[in-house]
Amino acid sequence: MKYLSEFRDEEIVRTLLWKIRNCITRPWNIMEVCGGQTHGLVRHGLLQMLPEEVRMIHGPGCPVCVTPASLIDKAVELALDHDVILCSYGDMLRVPGSSLSLQQARAKGGDIRILYSPLEAVNIASQNPDKEVVFFAVGFETTAPANALSVEKAYRQKLNNYSILSAHVMVPPAMEAIMSDPETKVDGFLGAGHVCTVMGLGEYRPLVEKWKIPIVVTGFEPVDLLEGIYMVVSQLEKGEYRLENQYKRVVGKNGNQMAVHLVNSVFEYRDREWRGIGEIPMSGLFLANKYRAYDATLKFGPLKERISEDSGCLSGDVMKGKIKPHECPHFGNGCTPEKPLGAPMVSSEGACAAYYNYVTQESTE
Amino acid sequence: MNKSVKVELNCPAPVQEFDSITIGHGGGGKLTQNLLKSGVFSLLDNEWLREQGDSAIIKLNGKTAFSTDTFVVSPLIFPGGTIGDLAVNGTVNDLSVSGAKPLYLSLSFILEEGLEMKLFQQILHSIRVACSEADVKVITGDTKVVEKGKGDQIFINTTGIGEMHSKSKMGMNRIKSGDVVLISGSMARHGITIMSKRNGLEFETKLNSDTRPLNRICLELIETFGSKVHLMRDPTRGGVANVLNEIAEQTSMGIQLYEKELPVEDEVAGACEMLGLDPLYVANEGLFVAIVDAEIAEECVEFIRKWEYGSNAAAIGIVTEDHPFKVVLHSAIGGRRVLAQATGELLPRIC
Repeated sequence: MKYLSEFRDEEIVRTLLWKIRNCITRPWNIMEVCGGQTHGLVRHGLLQMLPEEVRMIHGPGCPVCVTPASLIDKAVELALDHDVILCSYGDMLRVPGSSLSLQQARAKGGDIRILYSPLEAVNIASQNPDKEVVFFAVGFETTAPANALSVEKAYRQKLNNYSILSAHVMVPPAMEAIMSDPETKVDGFLGAGHVCTVMGLGEYRPLVEKWKIPIVVTGFEPVDLLEGIYMVVSQLEKGEYRLENQYKRVVGKNGNQMAVHLVNSVFEYRDREWRGIGEIPMSGLFLANKYRAYDATLKFGPLKERISEDSGCLSGDVMKGKIKPHECPHFGNGCTPEKPLGAPMVSSEGACAAYYNYVTQESTE
Repeated sequence: MNKSVKVELNCPAPVQEFDSITIGHGGGGKLTQNLLKSGVFSLLDNEWLREQGDSAIIKLNGKTAFSTDTFVVSPLIFPGGTIGDLAVNGTVNDLSVSGAKPLYLSLSFILEEGLEMKLFQQILHSIRVACSEADVKVITGDTKVVEKGKGDQIFINTTGIGEMHSKSKMGMNRIKSGDVVLISGSMARHGITIMSKRNGLEFETKLNSDTRPLNRICLELIETFGSKVHLMRDPTRGGVANVLNEIAEQTSMGIQLYEKELPVEDEVAGACEMLGLDPLYVANEGLFVAIVDAEIAEECVEFIRKWEYGSNAAAIGIVTEDHPFKVVLHSAIGGRRVLAQATGELLPRIC
């Protein structure tokens, strides 16, 4: 596959590893924010190839992992009690709610469909005028434009049987929350490449300035990841903190203005609970007043009270970088992808599942 | 009292021609007979079916392989095949990779009321073609019809019997450290083809399923290399990763896999990237994995490459005493990771 194989080239990888090794003089904690990057690091076996001074911390950037159980419970309730056609991205299905996952709800007879695009859900709604169709709108800034577009399309078509259950979260407020935590150990960030493809780089400059921390917007292939790490390490070693863009072939300075405009017109920012982390100010996308009719929580009733999750899951500590997944006492021992205690063990982008699936035993010892 | 009563015959005659399956077709009466005669018996005609006995009587020589599989797939018709092809090839391949020459199949249908007769006929036709390609005979079968909503159009079970090749000496206990893992062609075609046609996930592709019988190539391999072929498996659901994990698990050995050697077509690789799937976990329907003695590995790959569908055959890994029970993938860039058993349903990722 052209335009992909170049970024998985063994020679270039070796050169970049050499460059990192050559410039690093002390340990640095670098957080990759995005779950896609975590997945890339483990899938290609990069974690074991990096010099030990590079300590990667796997951030909260797995959207299904941070979706609160109360929203999953709502989705389950919609599918089972309100007889709606509930549409979702695939990896949301296995994530446990407080009692059931969507996969279990489907086994109980819920009409739950896996889609790749929310626009397909709008089509289902227009083809089934006597059924209510709800799209479980999960994701970061990357999936927000498509979900916004689905609402806009339903609005234009005057569909009254389509709504979304918005679980959208934003990356910069989460980075702010991580840095505000006094226990945080992060020295530098790999910024989430695809999020910036949509939103541009503007939001990250204030973070760099406020926390005096390097942020390098980075892609997802081995060469991208290593170059991003090299750029962060170079800055740290020189005592610098700047916003840099490693992923220039995809990320423009201003992002995708049309998408940003669409997101900003359909959604508004409010505080949002992140599973395992808690409430992060102004980190969630909720439908703006004009589109209230498409808000499933207004149509079918609000979320239930937050239920305290006492499964013993330490996912919050994992996502804040306080512990590595395998340092959790439940890792592989009562918590596995087949029977997860917490969400990061479910999605392949979740740090725990990524470690469980990919990291060799000897390197986790 | 001598009134004449005019009787009119206004009750319609029973409909004999149906354009879809009804409950009556499973009742065992005339409708069932008509369905069988017009379809199954005429298309799959042979001496056993003509007999129409309660059992088919066969004579077997020597060691016999016996295997069963049930087929549910959506959509029923997909590029490169139908559920009918899968039902024949699936069982044929299970027998073939066990070192047997597939001879006879049973064929059972669970039909959902309302299944279009035309579609049923098309599936039957594909069964006939697949049987003739694999040189197997359907000698017994069954048809049941369930009410609308109690099935998904059609489910098929096939059970097969095959005669073991005298040179076949395969088994988990034959696998030893240093053996080479071979694959007979490119991975993940079937699973990705099906996914590209599934509601809600459709994407454009020119891909076809790889469903095909493997009996000739498997038997030729055993005929040529005999006991040096230590094991064969067909990596259907769960893909190559699951088959190799089962082997590692059952032999207490480790398997090293080399990402660079894995044959994946560009279009399949592209679709996997898009959907966030790993081709190692995606289903195949016309592929086999073989564990062979290192001394014949190269020759074996060359041999498979000469087969019609084997041009991408490759040696992809080795059996090792290091990391027992684990399959470890050596990534193309020189990293390592454990290739775990798949968890269940393959779910496309968000981003």
